[in-house]
Amino acid sequence: MTERLKPETPDPVDFLAIDDLLTGEERMLRDTVRKFVADKVTPNIAEWFENATFPAELVREMGDLGLLGMHLEGYGCAGTSAVAYGLACTELEAGDSAIRSFTSVQGSLVMYPIWEFGTEEQKQQWLPGMASGEIIGCFGLTEADSGSDPGSMRTSARLDGDEWVLNGTKMWITNGSIADVAIIWAITEGDIRGFIVPTDTPGFSANKIEQKISLRASVTSELVLEDVRIPHDAVLPNVTGLKGPLSCLNEARFGILFGAVGAARSCYESALTYAKDREQFGKPIAAFQLTQRKLVEMMIGVNTGMLLALHLGRKRDEGSLSAEQVSYGKLTNVRMALDVAREARSVLGASGITLEYPAIRHMNNLESVYTYEGTNEIHTLILGQAITGIAAFS
Amino acid sequence: MNIAVCVKQIPDPATPYDLDDDNHWVVRPNDQVLDDTDRVGVEVGLQLAEATEGTVTLVSMSPSGSLQGIRQALAMGADKAVIIDDDTLKGSDALTTARILSAAIDREEFDVVVAGGESTDGYTGVVPQMMSEMLDVPCLSFARKVDVDDGIVTIERQTASGYEVVTSKLPALLAVTAGIVEPRYPTFKGIMQAKSKPVETLTASDLGVEPDVGQRVTEVADVASREAGDIVEDDGEAYLKIVELLEQTKVI
Repeated sequence: MTERLKPETPDPVDFLAIDDLLTGEERMLRDTVRKFVADKVTPNIAEWFENATFPAELVREMGDLGLLGMHLEGYGCAGTSAVAYGLACTELEAGDSAIRSFTSVQGSLVMYPIWEFGTEEQKQQWLPGMASGEIIGCFGLTEADSGSDPGSMRTSARLDGDEWVLNGTKMWITNGSIADVAIIWAITEGDIRGFIVPTDTPGFSANKIEQKISLRASVTSELVLEDVRIPHDAVLPNVTGLKGPLSCLNEARFGILFGAVGAARSCYESALTYAKDREQFGKPIAAFQLTQRKLVEMMIGVNTGMLLALHLGRKRDEGSLSAEQVSYGKLTNVRMALDVAREARSVLGASGITLEYPAIRHMNNLESVYTYEGTNEIHTLILGQAITGIAAFS
Repeated sequence: MNIAVCVKQIPDPATPYDLDDDNHWVVRPNDQVLDDTDRVGVEVGLQLAEATEGTVTLVSMSPSGSLQGIRQALAMGADKAVIIDDDTLKGSDALTTARILSAAIDREEFDVVVAGGESTDGYTGVVPQMMSEMLDVPCLSFARKVDVDDGIVTIERQTASGYEVVTSKLPALLAVTAGIVEPRYPTFKGIMQAKSKPVETLTASDLGVEPDVGQRVTEVADVASREAGDIVEDDGEAYLKIVELLEQTKVI
């Protein structure tokens, strides 16, 4: 052990010097996404959030960068490591959860199942266009009466001659109204199967969900399938049962456990800057003990969240990450981010309720992130089962 | 078309860096970044290469370190890099730098040499002109727009009052200004390919150049703090005074 401690004060944001744990390539990729977000997202996000606009014009640019399905190999995908994918999610979500959600859905929920469970023809047909951003995808699992319990879904598929006929309604579908293709999970002969459904198929319609106050820069829709007829070979052949959709969700949750750290970092940075600048009683509010405690708690949350994410990312890259460990990361990092966002809002005072500062926007977004891709409660029960050996739900 | 782009690795401007107490040279960390103005030069080089199915070779004189800055330029799409990393070149002045870069470029046939106008850490601003003399090619400086057609390069040269249109036969050297093009983001594929692109490391003697650093930095002083601005009291005619001031500073 070296005897001497380094004399330099750590960086106020990357306090634990986690940057030193990244490779040069990982930092370059992270910096590229950070610059993309600073150039294209941050200057406009308040307006998009206010007007409930998804920036569709960014999709092709994200494709050009290699952000879409970036951790998949071949078919026009960049083929990065899991850590690199995670770091990109951190930067995107520092911009806004809506932008990270778009890429999670496109890459992890739509491209991944085609890549993992699809035929060679299906991969050739869909993946290159999705990687470039020409084709937008959505993922239909949740229904109005079937959320945490996806096995209770009612959407059905039956074979009629050479065609599948799909009927049902999916709810809370990110990208629903702008998607060109949907992965629809449906019950057929007692089992859940995945289907690749072009959204211009007759009988398919999407209704945008209005009047939401979270993820406003993201499109959320209801999908209605009325006697939607698709070819026999539109089914994903290599998976049956809940394992299909759950493996997709595990992919997306991995992105979220990194992404949430980005949202938290954005809130903390804005609160720190504000607290050092804003004067009351003749001194910056950062000089007050109560504010310092808030700032320190935020800083600790962001740094331990990043360490956790990186640890899980490294395990993923070496092939030793379990689904339960992903649940651990999603559960604790999203909870941390929500706490940081609320604390940052309080430091920002009245300004904190405006869109001029990011805190309340992230806070509202994170309420969705807290619930989607496995609620906080379900992840708690997954961990509960893992440590006791007793399932509290089945 | 063979395009050589001069680039420089510099300490990250976002983090303060130190000067050596004795010789006042910049203390260079292992991890350096690509000089931001060079991203413009790389972009110009890449656009010329794309238009002519050419290749872009980066040429850089610096301690290699982790090569992070060079990898950034390779990730943008440059094909290969030549680095001159030699302890005897530490503290080089503009003339030595120009001699080294020219010698490295002159090893192969080239059509266009692209350089930024000046580096962000040294700011001498004379290396491109010196190189054009040594390479015996015209120097098209302050280029804000570049076109190559049928062996002729045409630029718009930025001047204080407007621009001049300048043409030259190839080969030629272009010194570009910031804002001429929007540098592209490196793509993820580019970033991952960058580590396997060829990087050749040379010394001064490999190039047959005898380092002869004649310049010494004798003293370094802090920048004087900025003075407060002038206040023009409006007596109804203040606009005249303001217009006059703006004209003096050539803003209008």
